[in-house]
Amino acid sequence: MTTPTRRRGARPAAAATLATTALLLAACSSGASGGGSGDASTGADAEPVAGGDLRFAITVDSRCIDPQQVGNNDAIAVARQTVASLTAQDPDTGEIVPWLAESWEVSDDASSYTFHLREGATYADGTPIDAESVKTNFDAIVALGATASLGSQYLVGYEGTTVADPQTLTVDFAQPSAQFLQATSTFSLGLLSPASAELTPEERCAGDYVGSGPFQVESYTQDQEIVLAKVDGYDWPSEADEHTGAAYLDTVTFQVIPESSVRAGSLASGQIDATAAIAAVDQPQFDGNGFWLQQRANPGVAYQLFPKESSPLASDEAVRVAISKGIDRQQIVDTVLTERDQAATGVLSHSTPLAADLGDLLAYDPDGAEQLLDDAGWVEGDDGIREKDGQKLSTTVTFWQDPAPLELVQQQLRQIGVDLQLQHVEIAESTAIKESGDFDFDYYNLTRSDPDVLRLIFSANARNINDRPAEEVDDLLDRSAAATDPDERAGLIEEASRLLVERGHAIPVYELSTTIAAADRVHGLTFEGSSRLDFYGAWVDPS
Amino acid sequence: MARYVARRAAQGLFVLWAAFTIAFFVLYLLPSDPAALAAGSGGEVASVDPALLDDLRARYGLDRPVLVQYADALRGAVRLDFGPSYQSGAPAGSLVAQALPQTLLLTGVALTLAVLGGTALAVASVLPRSRWLRQVLSALPAVGVALPTFFIGLVLLQWLSFRAGLLPAIGNAGWQSLVLPAVTLAIPPGAQLAQVLSRSLRGTLGEPYVETARAKGAGRLRVQLGHALRNAAIPAFTMLGVMVGGLLGGAVVTETVFSRVGLGRLTVQSVNTQDVPVVLAIVVLSALVFVVTTLVVDLVYPLLDPRIERAPTRKAVAA
Repeated sequence: MTTPTRRRGARPAAAATLATTALLLAACSSGASGGGSGDASTGADAEPVAGGDLRFAITVDSRCIDPQQVGNNDAIAVARQTVASLTAQDPDTGEIVPWLAESWEVSDDASSYTFHLREGATYADGTPIDAESVKTNFDAIVALGATASLGSQYLVGYEGTTVADPQTLTVDFAQPSAQFLQATSTFSLGLLSPASAELTPEERCAGDYVGSGPFQVESYTQDQEIVLAKVDGYDWPSEADEHTGAAYLDTVTFQVIPESSVRAGSLASGQIDATAAIAAVDQPQFDGNGFWLQQRANPGVAYQLFPKESSPLASDEAVRVAISKGIDRQQIVDTVLTERDQAATGVLSHSTPLAADLGDLLAYDPDGAEQLLDDAGWVEGDDGIREKDGQKLSTTVTFWQDPAPLELVQQQLRQIGVDLQLQHVEIAESTAIKESGDFDFDYYNLTRSDPDVLRLIFSANARNINDRPAEEVDDLLDRSAAATDPDERAGLIEEASRLLVERGHAIPVYELSTTIAAADRVHGLTFEGSSRLDFYGAWVDPS
Repeated sequence: MARYVARRAAQGLFVLWAAFTIAFFVLYLLPSDPAALAAGSGGEVASVDPALLDDLRARYGLDRPVLVQYADALRGAVRLDFGPSYQSGAPAGSLVAQALPQTLLLTGVALTLAVLGGTALAVASVLPRSRWLRQVLSALPAVGVALPTFFIGLVLLQWLSFRAGLLPAIGNAGWQSLVLPAVTLAIPPGAQLAQVLSRSLRGTLGEPYVETARAKGAGRLRVQLGHALRNAAIPAFTMLGVMVGGLLGGAVVTETVFSRVGLGRLTVQSVNTQDVPVVLAIVVLSALVFVVTTLVVDLVYPLLDPRIERAPTRKAVAA
């Protein structure tokens, strides 16, 4: 049943290898041409020039570019540019700073938020961005439900928005919701004109909406390209932005290129200007030679193995902790990832605000792991795999992501007598197995820029992905949702993260990152706080 | 004649129904959940609230028994209404209709190139006086048949687009963007055609009427093109139906490699995301194309060569 899907996956991979080889040969024969500089991205060395088009390659058209509905990374890259949000997140500090809201107050129990909007900001069609229109947006997201899966998650417990005057509104929740302030900085809660709320979800997906950001949708040709044009009167950048007024670029063309090797070839031959989807093996050729690379770890939950503790194997704490100790995270980065990647130093990746560094707990300790397993009665069998009461210490992980890191984990765990079988499948199949619940360990990452994601997935009172009874850590997690004082919240999150790793509820591996690869003519293209691409400050050398 | 066409049309309808039914149940049995995929956030499905998923399932009727879903889908398909795409909510039929023109253009150009190129190669492989040259030219089609489409595409991209910069690598804009994909798509069927045609040309050249033509003093080229090719073309013509089917399949790879919009790309994406309504619409359309092409080939066949009659019916055989 699955054979055709696998074959489809294998072909492009083989093709990519072929093309990569060809490209590398081409790069060698043409010699070094032009010394690219890594600082080209900062734009510090030159004065920005307005005008021009930037051609940016994405991998897939997921048939929707409505910011409030999108969830796919490529679609987010497009949608993010078309909306402004109430707040912004400083990419360097993680601090929430003013954007459309000049200031705000949060109630002590984090269940009520009052925003004061700036004057003069308008939607792309000229309608003012007032309190009433913000209410319309939040109400519409709740009404969208499943198709706005990210936005409605941020608004769980939403009781309503009260408009005090045109510039002031209050959002109320039924229970504490400390994550909401950061959520207002995301594209999912980005603002669309009130007229857009009356469109059907399908019409909005097709790009017919009117946004509030520095760019607006000019054309959307499915599976081919999306063209964004700058909004001329835009002058309400966030405090995290470095310039004011309209965006520099006249247009940004998002070109859909599904094949990895073709993206690399198109960038190398100047048919596109930049992309955030260059395979790790192709990246070295764009480090210099007229190109630059910029990488940022995605905030949120790092790639990890999540034990499902209702299964007999994963219910054994010794097994969970031994697996965590038996993973040499640095070796994974050194061997199968790029030099710009990072091993996990906590449950949350280091670019997540309030993330705690638990490097000491995640050090490679094969001896400690073997000791734990010995003590728990798992003894080595004839084939080197441990067993206990006739049961082998063997389990299967089903996943669709990059297999290389887990393949190395598999070898590492073999050293301590744990047999980790890998089943690499297409997304569709992996989804089904996860829903069936028939596994011991799950494997994925989650890109979120608020630490509340920790509570959302681990707490026994929320998603409870460990499928375990409530314990000490849940109290910490639940309290973190109500903590409005950053220091108090940071303390609770660090303590909870520590417990999650110590008890083996979380087995972090490495941090997913996004890499921009661009030609030297591109400047100022960078990441916003959630590691989403930001084209507002981007500009290109006149051609 | 009318009865023959009616019977073939009935058979065609059966093929359409069978293709639809098989596709429906294969998709249903695949281990996946379309609702989770539709709500999935870039694969981060674990982040989707189960209650929201139930809501989506109810919206698309995925919570009903499979036979009810099937009957409903079949009723819709008869009216050419395949329901909304799970991914975008737009009608599946209109998504297919949007993608179709680009694929028709691509496969149309590729078919023309395949027929012209294949014929030229076949004639060239029997025409030269040099035995050595004839053998080299006869070996070429086998190479063309053996090369996978994605390999041809990537090699052409590397040399003509990325290195020489002659033609664009991506997109649907202008005739330039059509050249590489059409050539890529034309090579395998063109080579197949050349194989069949040159074999049948060699056979025809031994026929008595060719001897007669030679004896009358017709030149080498006139014998080839004027006499032999016309008759040798008949077996090759039967391949047309298979070739059209092959082109639709080849479009999947070609459109992906060359980042072109079309039915092939739509197929890949819809299958990956288990967008059942769109996949069913594509399956029915492809089956329809196949049924119509084979019917046309069978109807035209006797016109090309009056010696051939349609396969006798059982009654005629008994009589």
